[in-house]
Amino acid sequence: MKPISIREIRGRAIPLPGNDIDTDRIIPGRFLRCVTFEGLEEHVFEDDRQQYKDHPFNQERYRGASILIVERNFGCGSSREHAPQALFRWGIRAIAGISFGEIFFSNCTAIGIPCLTLDAADAHWLLETVSHHPDQELNIDLETVTIRMGERTLRATMPEGARQQFLQGTWDSTQTLLEAGEAIDRLARRLPYIVGF
Amino acid sequence: MAETLLDKVWRLHTVRELPSGQTQLFVGLHLIHEVTSPQAFHMLRERGLSVRFPERTFATMDHIVPTDEQTRPFADPLAEQMAAALIENCRQYGIPLFDIGSGRQGIVHVIGPELGLTQPGMTIACGDSHTSTHGALGALAFGIGTSQIRDVLVTQCLAMSKPKLRRILIEGTLPRGVYAKDVILAIIHRLGVKGGVGYAYEYAGSAVEAMSMEERLTLCNMTIEGGARVGYVNPDRVTFEYLKGRPYAPQGEAFDRAVAWWKQIASDPGATYDDEVRLDAAALQPMVTWGINPGQSVGVNDPIPDPKALPESERTSYEEALAFMSFQPGQRLIGTPIDVAFIGSCTNGRLSDLRAAAEVARQGKVAPGVRALVVPGSEAVARAAEAEGLHEIFQQAGFQWRRAGCSMCLGMNPDKLRGRELCASSSNRNFKGRQGSPTGRTLLMSPAMVAAAAIAGQVIDVREVLS
Repeated sequence: MKPISIREIRGRAIPLPGNDIDTDRIIPGRFLRCVTFEGLEEHVFEDDRQQYKDHPFNQERYRGASILIVERNFGCGSSREHAPQALFRWGIRAIAGISFGEIFFSNCTAIGIPCLTLDAADAHWLLETVSHHPDQELNIDLETVTIRMGERTLRATMPEGARQQFLQGTWDSTQTLLEAGEAIDRLARRLPYIVGF
Repeated sequence: MAETLLDKVWRLHTVRELPSGQTQLFVGLHLIHEVTSPQAFHMLRERGLSVRFPERTFATMDHIVPTDEQTRPFADPLAEQMAAALIENCRQYGIPLFDIGSGRQGIVHVIGPELGLTQPGMTIACGDSHTSTHGALGALAFGIGTSQIRDVLVTQCLAMSKPKLRRILIEGTLPRGVYAKDVILAIIHRLGVKGGVGYAYEYAGSAVEAMSMEERLTLCNMTIEGGARVGYVNPDRVTFEYLKGRPYAPQGEAFDRAVAWWKQIASDPGATYDDEVRLDAAALQPMVTWGINPGQSVGVNDPIPDPKALPESERTSYEEALAFMSFQPGQRLIGTPIDVAFIGSCTNGRLSDLRAAAEVARQGKVAPGVRALVVPGSEAVARAAEAEGLHEIFQQAGFQWRRAGCSMCLGMNPDKLRGRELCASSSNRNFKGRQGSPTGRTLLMSPAMVAAAAIAGQVIDVREVLS
């Protein structure tokens, strides 16, 4: 796959309040009975959306939004990449929030969805403001790690390794890892549990 | 300079520093199952890539398998399609598969240690968050996603940043009726479900040293529920004795040489940690969750906290959890009627878990109206349990004795909650909808506590029934 650098994401946002929203809620287990990720977007947050009719993913005014705003520990729990795949296929291209589950964060990175961390106060401001101005575009800049909405520019953070992967276009790491070539085999030959004790 | 196990294993497996500043880390053992791997193989085919070290990947089937009738084809056509895909992928790429009926099938985190595949000093990856389990043997074991499975299949490597390290020192003796499950629930309660993000956990102290390997596996298993991706225990005599004679462990003189290497992988005395937390084992009591994440727990005799007493940032989550569970602030869980009892999972589906549950089950009969399941974590666990008659104890008490699989932990197979059923469960997640019904409710606890609840028909303190 050709490296694609991701520096900027522009789009409307969808606010999703709530702490500790786990990947079972993003895509319930029964939808993991599949051998492809195709069509998962139809079931994103399915059980929450059934139980709460005003769930943001049910609201017409957020249709077409590409930036998801969340609170704390979003995507905790199961390692299922089905969760970020469902969000991506629904149209999400970046997520901003107070914090993220670690495996979810790396799964998002691996499929090209930057997750930016904000101060709680800024995240809450964004959730609130987006809900009042769903038509307003946001601009995420990974060079400066900032999120701009209207006149206001919020400073965000992102682990430097992931940020570099986006900027360098190596977030899909297979090719980069392959480039180590023989060094991989040399390392394997130094491990006693591989060559035999 | 004194190093930790994390330092040593990371260094030994570092292929190079990547342009991003991350580490290209070699993965010594790769485990796969039917849910998260088929899309990775699809990506390989699409890109015309192959599997670099097929002999370093091992496969099994666990999430989708029925636990009553396991004859193929499965009744669920989607499950059957996944099973068939795994078998075909393993055949095409030369990956060993522990299939149903092979005698070695089971939950991936049960069979890795059980077969001796999991060894100290390894890096281990699996497309499953509970991969942290394998750290019990002194390995660095990461849960990964499907794109990373592709990376491991193609390169046997991952692009990763080294985590910080927190030592969790658990000193003293666990009281009777308090198990490894209670220890990890207490840790998650104390540090929070996101307390471990960015960290690896090293579990140490006299209580951990005194634990059997199976208890350590339970402890490390739920590391991810506290936010940390990796948790481990330094290898010691318990580890070496556990591994001796296992099918994939080194044999004969090679075993002695392996022990010498494993010993020097352990953290050095005087090594430094980014953080340290202490826990008094003697002060712990049986834990029960009351909410919708594994950090929302109380001692079995304690009241559910009042959200008003909490900082405002916590309040909304607590209120959401109480509303979902239909519990009240200040309520005690003792006496809460249950509908279902589930004993099993990668957390608590091993022989010692079943023994602890059977010790309670032999004292009575499952209460009328309670559906009670015992699901061994692997075919080997089932065999061992049956050899000592545990299945008969369970069956006589009115529990269903099932075949190996993930079962009611996660709602991907026929074992599910129905409607708003309340389940006493030895599994690892009480998330909304986790056990297969969108409105189903889960109380996490130890297997002995589950068995006691099954018989009483309500949550009780297992210490009351243990002599």
